[in-house]
Amino acid sequence: MQRIILRFFLLLIAIPLAVSASDQKVHSYTLWNGLKILIKEDHRAPVVVSQVWYKVGSSYEPSGVTGISHMLEHMMFKGTEKHLPGEFSRIIAENGGRENAFTGRDYTAYFQSLEKSRLPISFELEADRMRNLRLIDEEFQKERQVVIEERRMRTEDNPQAKTGEHFMAMAWTNSQYKNPIIGWPEDLENYRLSDLQGWYDRWYAPNNATLVVVGDVKADEVLALAKKHFGLLQPDDLIILKSRREEAQLGERRMVVKLPAKLPFLTMGYKVPALNTAETESEAYALEVLAGVLDGGNGARLASRLIRGQQIATAAGAGYNLYARLSTLFSLEGIPAKGQDLKSLESALREQISILKKEPVSAKELARIKAQVLANSIYEQDSVFYQAMQLGMAETVGLGWHKVDEYVDKVKAVTAEQVMAVAQKYLTDERLSVAWLEPLEINIPQSTTIQGGAE
Amino acid sequence: MAIQLKKVITLFALIMWGNLLFAAPNIEQWSDRSGAKVYFSQANSLPMVDVRVVFDAGSARDGDKKGLAALTAALLDTGTGELDASAVAERFESVGAQFGVGSARDMAWVTLRSLTDPDILDSALQTAHDVLVNPAFNQADFERDRQRTLLGLKRQEESPGTIGKKAFFEALYGSHPYASPVGGRLDTVEKLTREDIVTFYRQHYVAKNAVVVIVGDLSRAHAEELVAQLLQGLSEGEAAGALVEPQDDHKGVTVKKQFPSAQTHIFSGALGAKRHDPDYFELYVGNHILGGSGLVSLITEEVREKRGLAYSAYSYFSPMAQFGPFMMGLQTRNDQADQAFNVLTETVSRFIKEGPTEKQLKAAQNNITGGFALRLDSNRKIAEYIAMMAFYDLPLDYLETFSDKVKAVSASAIRDAFSRRLRPDEFKTIMVGNSQ
Repeated sequence: MQRIILRFFLLLIAIPLAVSASDQKVHSYTLWNGLKILIKEDHRAPVVVSQVWYKVGSSYEPSGVTGISHMLEHMMFKGTEKHLPGEFSRIIAENGGRENAFTGRDYTAYFQSLEKSRLPISFELEADRMRNLRLIDEEFQKERQVVIEERRMRTEDNPQAKTGEHFMAMAWTNSQYKNPIIGWPEDLENYRLSDLQGWYDRWYAPNNATLVVVGDVKADEVLALAKKHFGLLQPDDLIILKSRREEAQLGERRMVVKLPAKLPFLTMGYKVPALNTAETESEAYALEVLAGVLDGGNGARLASRLIRGQQIATAAGAGYNLYARLSTLFSLEGIPAKGQDLKSLESALREQISILKKEPVSAKELARIKAQVLANSIYEQDSVFYQAMQLGMAETVGLGWHKVDEYVDKVKAVTAEQVMAVAQKYLTDERLSVAWLEPLEINIPQSTTIQGGAE
Repeated sequence: MAIQLKKVITLFALIMWGNLLFAAPNIEQWSDRSGAKVYFSQANSLPMVDVRVVFDAGSARDGDKKGLAALTAALLDTGTGELDASAVAERFESVGAQFGVGSARDMAWVTLRSLTDPDILDSALQTAHDVLVNPAFNQADFERDRQRTLLGLKRQEESPGTIGKKAFFEALYGSHPYASPVGGRLDTVEKLTREDIVTFYRQHYVAKNAVVVIVGDLSRAHAEELVAQLLQGLSEGEAAGALVEPQDDHKGVTVKKQFPSAQTHIFSGALGAKRHDPDYFELYVGNHILGGSGLVSLITEEVREKRGLAYSAYSYFSPMAQFGPFMMGLQTRNDQADQAFNVLTETVSRFIKEGPTEKQLKAAQNNITGGFALRLDSNRKIAEYIAMMAFYDLPLDYLETFSDKVKAVSASAIRDAFSRRLRPDEFKTIMVGNSQ
């Protein structure tokens, strides 16, 4: 029962190696009002997960109101014309359900997991708050404090998270990925209720949403139910989001972050295309495989060469977000091993990148990654939630849900030459940003002990 | 280590749901010829299998060598007689198998997830067998991972939440084995030797100290073969004895630890429940209302919804072999730490005194029983439940009868159990932050 409050968590990292080549069919519909509906039947257990994804997240936000997508996500639990604040959660709970929501750079999503007969309750409540949210100032003022506490917990008191935040702000010039999902502290203080109302009015409409349902249901019945609840909602004229493509970087960027911390930490990233922005799709899949070569398990290069082998890192990782909406970072991070420092760690990581540019990855490594991808596509079907997540994300970032089904075959088609080619093209110094966390000492005075308990 | 610990506590959190509408999985039980107890549940819809081997080899068995159990588990897959760490990993990963190890206070475990294609499963199983039965514990691997553990422990000292939680367990358990962190302490891990690891492994990683859980697309006969192959050559050994009971000194204490953070982290509570506990269901359902059900719980209602004092505020019982903790917690801006702590204390005190209303009880029972199916909707979750039941020797009908037991709990029985078991004036409280 530890950390039971998962409500309103942020998705700060990408879902790794997404995806399944499942046998089950995805049923796709679009209602008259533009609501996209994706349904996948999975009859293994009498449960259903229902998710509503909106095309809005921190990368949609203008300056001055960073984090407002996430703030609005919190307010979506604070009542509508029909339901009092908190009632949404109480109704779901009394029906044995679990619910939560998350905000990312490219999406805001709400979900309920329920015993299958309770799906109508979820639809009724989600349809209601899609159009009829009632923003109450008193609730907003309290919830703003909750979000500020959330930011303190996640970022202010976490040296690596704080370093990551500053790193992103340096790495990006004009891409909206430069801002933290939760927003900058001053922006959190300055939101007005009208900012939230404006944000809700602009983005919360059936023609900007995708409903995903996976579970022990019949597709035609779910469709009929969706028509009943969501079919009454009016669409909006959506104002197209202006493009803000990242300016070309003109040389390596570096920074040192000094914070009270116990261990040094390194984070670095190369600007690379996502599947959505790649000139040819194969480049994105090659980058995905490249991430697997470096960090696809305990046998991959970072673990076998840097953590064991040279013993330069005590922890090291690499990541790539194939499903980002905009061009993204191929990221590397690590903590130096005892007796090593940030400089030697950075050299070691950069050496691994340079090896990838010079030598094709071995047939054995490629075979390993492909075996993992294939096996994962089966394992992922063990979770209805994960299946829904993949469909919703692919659809919401603009790729379309079909991309989920293509994943295994596209990864299997990647060659060693393609991996080397993307390394040469994108993992260059001109595209690189590096941040070092150099710890300041934490001074801890004596603690005070008071006899006597809580009363 | 912290991550592994969290994992197991999550597992405990998942354990407690009831059932109205959903048949619990069928579980078969037998003893392997090695002496290990085996639990098997067939699940045919996906061509895969989950295997968990759980040993009574958690940090409660560390003795003075705090951190020994966790490091032993972590070293298992760093090499065998024939294979080094990279070769072990490659053997698993080249067939897409996922292998993991972990430990907590009561237990240590290995997990294997594999496709059931015969060649793939056979290869994964051979490697898992080698890791489990023939670990080499090479000096170089030991030394590297000991250093990594030390850095991990050092890093925990930059987190006010982790510092507070460790201090809470120390205050609560005193000299009991549950007092020390699963990963050990800097001074104790510093002194560990390879011989300590080998000795611990030989004593605790034995068949009679193990339970094996299999969930997946296999026949019973195949499952029997699988276990026999996996444990072939593992010594029979002895089951670990019962842990001593922690002693409650009945003295309330509040420790304020100064830390340069934006928030003060608060942990407060007392000795809670055992896994076999006569008040188990009263405490579980009662806590669900008090602080165990997210936004709709009383603590979250008072701390977060009404006052906006914290993002996360909760209470839980973590039932273990011996009395696990009852713990409440929150984190808030330094200058309102005392205010938030008062709200927390008033909420729990009122609940102990008054118990839940009938309406609150009904809502909690509906939530627990109506959502039971969600707790068993994947092979992984089923395997985790069964592993918990097997490890703590709960009856095979535990899941089937759970709902009825939840429904049988009355408001007065909850009030009675809480007032007998929890006295806020005896709570241990830790506050870590920058408050003056």
